[in-house]
Amino acid sequence: MRYLFRTQYQQDIALFRHNGDRFWYGLLTVLVLIAPAILGEFYIGELCAVYIFAIAGVGLMLLVGYTGLISLGHAAFLGIGAYANAVLLAQGVPFLITLPLAGLFTALCGAAIGRPTLRMSGLYLAIATLAFGSIVGTVFQKWTAVTGGFDGFAVPTPTIFGIAIEGATGIYYVSLAVLAFVLWVSANLLRSPTGRAMVAIRDSEVSAQSMGIHLARYKTLVFAVSAGMTGLAGALFAHYVRYLAPDAFDVLLSVQFVTIVFVGGLGSLRGAILGAMFVRLLPQFIAVVRDDLPFGIGRLPGLEPSLFGLVLVLVILFQPGGLNGMWLKTKQWFQAFPFKRQTSFRRQKSYAKSERLR
Amino acid sequence: MIMFQAQDISVRFGGIRAVDSVSFDVRKGEVFSIIGPNGAGKTTIFNLISRIYNSTSGKLIFEDKEFTRTPPWQIAGLGIARTFQNIELFPNATLLQNLLIGRHYHSRVGFVSELMFLPSVRKAELRHREKVEDVIAFLGLQRYRDALIANLPYGVRKVVELGRALCIEPKLLLLDEPSSGLNVEETEGMGFWIEDIKKDLGITVIMVEHDMALVNQVSDRVMALNYGKVLAMGTPQQVQTHPEVVKAYLGGEVESAA
Repeated sequence: MRYLFRTQYQQDIALFRHNGDRFWYGLLTVLVLIAPAILGEFYIGELCAVYIFAIAGVGLMLLVGYTGLISLGHAAFLGIGAYANAVLLAQGVPFLITLPLAGLFTALCGAAIGRPTLRMSGLYLAIATLAFGSIVGTVFQKWTAVTGGFDGFAVPTPTIFGIAIEGATGIYYVSLAVLAFVLWVSANLLRSPTGRAMVAIRDSEVSAQSMGIHLARYKTLVFAVSAGMTGLAGALFAHYVRYLAPDAFDVLLSVQFVTIVFVGGLGSLRGAILGAMFVRLLPQFIAVVRDDLPFGIGRLPGLEPSLFGLVLVLVILFQPGGLNGMWLKTKQWFQAFPFKRQTSFRRQKSYAKSERLR
Repeated sequence: MIMFQAQDISVRFGGIRAVDSVSFDVRKGEVFSIIGPNGAGKTTIFNLISRIYNSTSGKLIFEDKEFTRTPPWQIAGLGIARTFQNIELFPNATLLQNLLIGRHYHSRVGFVSELMFLPSVRKAELRHREKVEDVIAFLGLQRYRDALIANLPYGVRKVVELGRALCIEPKLLLLDEPSSGLNVEETEGMGFWIEDIKKDLGITVIMVEHDMALVNQVSDRVMALNYGKVLAMGTPQQVQTHPEVVKAYLGGEVESAA
């Protein structure tokens, strides 16, 4: 078991708590950097999709897990980012400018939507964001002059300093870099006053207010940041799928994002990544075992969405800490070995608190 | 010197006058207690001062500035901090984080520099951390520093909430039933904290309290309320023996109660 002997306040602020963290995260960085040399094209593509979903997951985690606001419209932000990036690229704007612009534009959309809707909370906010999502989905379909409607939109190949980013490997590295950036920015935000204000709003609005926290301003800010990160993910998603169709950004995708956050574990950045892995890898897993399942279960229509729903319910009921909570418990078990204590593993009932009555 | 004034302050909820033209003033450096039976309007007065409720009429004045219509999130900036009757801490954050949120008003920095965690942000964080450690030392909370609030016993949470209010570095502190839910010893301890806050930190205190022993121990002046109206005001002794107050608490005739 490791005991930290802290002699400076700096140590509480540091991103990595001790050398063990530095070593393992360093090793992970090396592994994901050399992965394209080892794994085949298919796996690199899948890993890339995990990164893209993790970027959006981190964005939604800030909103749901840290600020306690729900959104069922994040697929729309992914779409806005995707189309913004693709349309700008088609106009001949370089990729290094379209990528941040797509994020920025989506953040502005988030702020514009957030300002009025964030007066609501809980179920009402969920419904408002759901409505927003379907409105944007319709816009993608009908605004054919820009999006091409159901004919689709071929995304131009991006270039960085004259080098074309082609194939799975190119977009893999770009997604990895963006994911690292988003994680770094989020970790910084969470150790700053704004991050604490978010937690305060989640846990008690009334006392957050009397601590001098301007609720409307911080909620809008977080909504914008969350939308912006999802927009960045959308820009990368456009290159991942290479051909944009409006029906890709529907409610089911929003529900997948929410699944990332809940299954990963509320209130943890690591959870967003674990959740993204789960959401991307479950369909692959189903595809592999589909033919071997008894009684023709594998051929049932709607198997995948119902499994997602089932897992979401089971996690909320039995493992509120999500995958991150499981990870922490496993780590603790090994650290304490062989002195396992039953109470450390007892199920804790702490549901997501998205609203609070005065 | 008068620090805080409420002039003819009233609030109605539908047909109920929860607070009915109440006027009082609080002098700098004193502990001013508000007592009264349940539903007398004590907490409502606190919610009016922290601007959670809008007053129907009347004026609130702090340090010669009217703040009757100031938005609630600016109240901390004026130098007014409060605690809540049923503890409104942030349960899924550590004690340290809770107290750091108390520093929020003082620690606003640019959003972009927060995203980058520039050296200026780091320096500010360390400075606020030091202030928070002072409060932790003052209240003797060292051993709970990194514990989640949700895992702390009730009595400790009560002290943490007091600490969070102190982190605002207020000039005026509103304590809503600081002794509720505490045992006799803890209540005594709370009394000592309040005396220290008044004498050592020079903070003016308005306190809503039911425990008369605590009220007698720390208060300079007391105001008794019933049905939203002021019954009596004066020293603890004067108010407790005031016939109207005795009647409000014990009911019946004044003679039989005395």
